[in-house]
Amino acid sequence: MNLSQALLNQDRLALSRTLTHVENNSEEGRKVLSEIFPYTGKAHLIGITGAPGTGKSTLVNQLALYYRREKDHRVAVLAVDPSSPFTGGAVLGDRVRMRDLSGDPNVFIRSMASRGSLGGLAQSTSAMVQVFDAAGFDIILVETVGAGQAEVDIAKLAYTTLVVEAPGLGDDIQAIKAGILEIADILVINKADRPGVENTERALKGMLELAHPTPRVFQHHGRQMVVEAPEKDDEQENFWFTEVKRTVAKDGTGINELGKAIEKHVRFLRESNEWDKQTRIQLQSTFDSLLRETLFARFLDELSQEAYEEIMSKILKREISPWGAVEELLG
Amino acid sequence: MVEGNIRVLVAKPGLDGHDRGAKVVARALRDAGMEVIYTGLRQTPEMIAEAALQEDVDVVGISILSGAHMALVPRILELMKTNGQEDVKLFLGGIIPDEDIVQLKEMGVSGIYGPGASTEDIVAQIRKDVLKRA
Repeated sequence: MNLSQALLNQDRLALSRTLTHVENNSEEGRKVLSEIFPYTGKAHLIGITGAPGTGKSTLVNQLALYYRREKDHRVAVLAVDPSSPFTGGAVLGDRVRMRDLSGDPNVFIRSMASRGSLGGLAQSTSAMVQVFDAAGFDIILVETVGAGQAEVDIAKLAYTTLVVEAPGLGDDIQAIKAGILEIADILVINKADRPGVENTERALKGMLELAHPTPRVFQHHGRQMVVEAPEKDDEQENFWFTEVKRTVAKDGTGINELGKAIEKHVRFLRESNEWDKQTRIQLQSTFDSLLRETLFARFLDELSQEAYEEIMSKILKREISPWGAVEELLG
Repeated sequence: MVEGNIRVLVAKPGLDGHDRGAKVVARALRDAGMEVIYTGLRQTPEMIAEAALQEDVDVVGISILSGAHMALVPRILELMKTNGQEDVKLFLGGIIPDEDIVQLKEMGVSGIYGPGASTEDIVAQIRKDVLKRA
């Protein structure tokens, strides 16, 4: 039996091996991705992002338990932690918080290192998600690296994005900055048993009250993709107002309410056509980056090493600019 | 097999709570460019084998200071074999009496490191064994 068939039959070793192939972008990995693609597109991808130490992993643990307990869904967890910029090594510690999930054959946790990517995910995260999707997982929880302000790649991948905050991390100026807070479908204030939770909630809700439907403009490989704002008169149906939920992930407080808020978001996505729009954003993003990488690799293959070095040395001597060099090579 | 980084599971089975050694080794492997999945304390053999399977690691490193190694190690090796991961290397650190070392190596443990072991030796041995596996 080949790898794809074993994977579709939910063989756990085949799943694990496939994830490695895909993570390493091996030839076998690309072959399997093509074979399983018709079986993908069913899972609900939930992204969990937020600053380091806000409790993302503990929250993922609780959400996975919720989907097992309440829905009997099969749950996959893909947890990304940073690679060292110097050695390429990494310590992936998200499993430490997920020990409650151990022993359940319908839960599969995979840790991955960011391997140099900067947007909060690794290069191959979206392809790894496809593998889980084909293997029949209903829910895929993707936990990003501890994110600062601009690691927003998860919003292009996930159908529902949770941004996790904790009391005491910033004032109302932080709340109106562009970036990570804007991508939240649901804002989770975790560690809500800590002092200062009212202030945090007030600052975040204050920020959200200012929100109104605007065209969504994505910078996508240097091109702008615009998703139009909903019409004014059907604003209520076609606009999702970000919800704010309090949780204490350590003991499970607020998890059922958070789960219900996620289900409400899924209903919204399905009833408006936002689900399909998001699918398009995902697949287009995958297609575009593959196209770009492949064209670049093919071009370098055709260009001889000497020609490349020659033009590079001209650039170094400042005889030609990098922009001029590209014109010359492609013009 | 090994095209990307070497992946190592570092786990601490049994009931003793001393994980300083495991953390030092995890950090050393990280600095040697490996991806280390750290699972934390008080893992059962079942949890360790399951994590090794899900993470598709090349190496499992366990640290045992409680004296329970002759019970825990064979069980972990057996579970990994059942999962189809008999080619994954097992490394052991901790307080292991000399007479047990011989037996453990016969069972299939790749490397055993006691107090004073150098992290450089561990890194070198892992690189060598993983290369052999591939």
